[in-house]
Amino acid sequence: MARIIVVTSGKGGVGKTTTSAAIAMGLAKKGHKTAVIDFDVGLRNLDLILGCERRVVYDFVNVINGEATLNQALIKDKRCDKLFVLPASQTRDKDALTVEGVGKAFKELKKTFKYIVCDSPAGIERGAHLAMYFADDAFVVTNPEVSSVRDSDRMLGILSSKSQRAEKSETPIKEYLLLTRYNPARVKLGEMLSVEDVQDILSLHLLGVIPESQSVLNASNSGTPVILDEQSDAGQAYSDIVDRYLGEDKPHRFIDEAKKGLFGRLFRS
Amino acid sequence: MPPTPSLSSQNLPAFEFKSSVITVPVLNIYTTDVNVLSLQLREKVKQAPEFFKNSSVLVDLQKVQDQDLNLSLLINAIHNVEILPIGICGGSEAHKKLAHQIQLPSFTPPRASAGKPAAEKALETPITTNPEPVEPPSNTLISQPVRSGQRIYAKGDLTITSHVSAGAEVIAEGNIHIYGALRGRALAGVLGDKKARIFCTDLQAELISIAGNYRISEDIADSYKKIPVQIYLNEQALIIKNT
Repeated sequence: MARIIVVTSGKGGVGKTTTSAAIAMGLAKKGHKTAVIDFDVGLRNLDLILGCERRVVYDFVNVINGEATLNQALIKDKRCDKLFVLPASQTRDKDALTVEGVGKAFKELKKTFKYIVCDSPAGIERGAHLAMYFADDAFVVTNPEVSSVRDSDRMLGILSSKSQRAEKSETPIKEYLLLTRYNPARVKLGEMLSVEDVQDILSLHLLGVIPESQSVLNASNSGTPVILDEQSDAGQAYSDIVDRYLGEDKPHRFIDEAKKGLFGRLFRS
Repeated sequence: MPPTPSLSSQNLPAFEFKSSVITVPVLNIYTTDVNVLSLQLREKVKQAPEFFKNSSVLVDLQKVQDQDLNLSLLINAIHNVEILPIGICGGSEAHKKLAHQIQLPSFTPPRASAGKPAAEKALETPITTNPEPVEPPSNTLISQPVRSGQRIYAKGDLTITSHVSAGAEVIAEGNIHIYGALRGRALAGVLGDKKARIFCTDLQAELISIAGNYRISEDIADSYKKIPVQIYLNEQALIIKNT
């Protein structure tokens, strides 16, 4: 049975698109046929992060309007043949999305894909609402700072009341917390909320912590999902998240500051 | 010479047109046989003469609109039982003409749903409302976190076994019990119950209020924060007490 995952946050700039690209690639690498959809109509970014911006012909709005078929619009990733990207339209706005249109597209995607990852736009308006409306699972991406946590909290309220599952009184959307741009050193100095602080406010199942890392920016600039950078801490953190989502029990990493000094590193490795 | 009205009273407006809405009973007519109608009306009025005496009705002709009708006879029959028709509605063009001749206004019929017989209405309501009998002062239990932007309203007491996030609002006509952190707003006794109280195991609220008397976060001493408390009203003063 196909699962629809929405990557959402409420607040902008917390790492939704980076996360969408990484986990979609991670799931595909594990052998699951995965589609990743950019819901940010008008502010298209996902194709850049995935490095397929020069291969976009048709987009999601074309599919909804019946101007192109799904197969025409889906772009197959060059690095992994299980990953397909459905880009957003850059020349339209969020009003081009309709519940019926999106629902129809999902129905068709569910026939062939195992996982459908939806990259939600920021905010709680139409685009974000439609991205989460049909979801089975929600990855709530949060930065360890108060405004991001509050916006995530708001988004969680919307997930539990305005989704299709909520409207039909079915099992609610499964919600997971992803804490991104986490810096243990700054948490120690009291400049950032700790994992416990965020958990205390959101009371949510923690799927993983992604450390603040230069590799994320490098990956975005080069159009390679950071999960493919296996040397980087952020890449490893996303790999752990995919494993945990698929049911593996992996201990959390990157929460505490690396205590090892130079000698410790030398002796351990 | 008769005294002329003073200038000032001439300038004062003597009347004013205003629109207003009143509720009028409607008399649905099912037959054009005035004799039968007259007989049944008498029977009905006999049951509660005081109730019907001089009451005004709107005569609804929708059910007989395609039949010939002696309207003046009908109106007379209604007058005879001391009910005052104020107009007709739902009649045909011919009916309207007849009404005009006896100086009775014609109205457009009320909306279909409003015009349904009482029996039909009674049948409809149980389907839309909760079939369970209405319970006296209820207790609402919420076991999920109340998220930012959410608002919970309870007619009686409200019990929450999770936390209330900043930016959320929990409102009750009775008491509020929170087994968790209260970071949002809690308003107890919103209909004016001064005896309502708020109980909370971890007070970090943005605002607390009982029967309209409120305190914002800034006015809550830090010593009461993050500890179990109860909040009650003592002559307009909101008291926070460590429990």
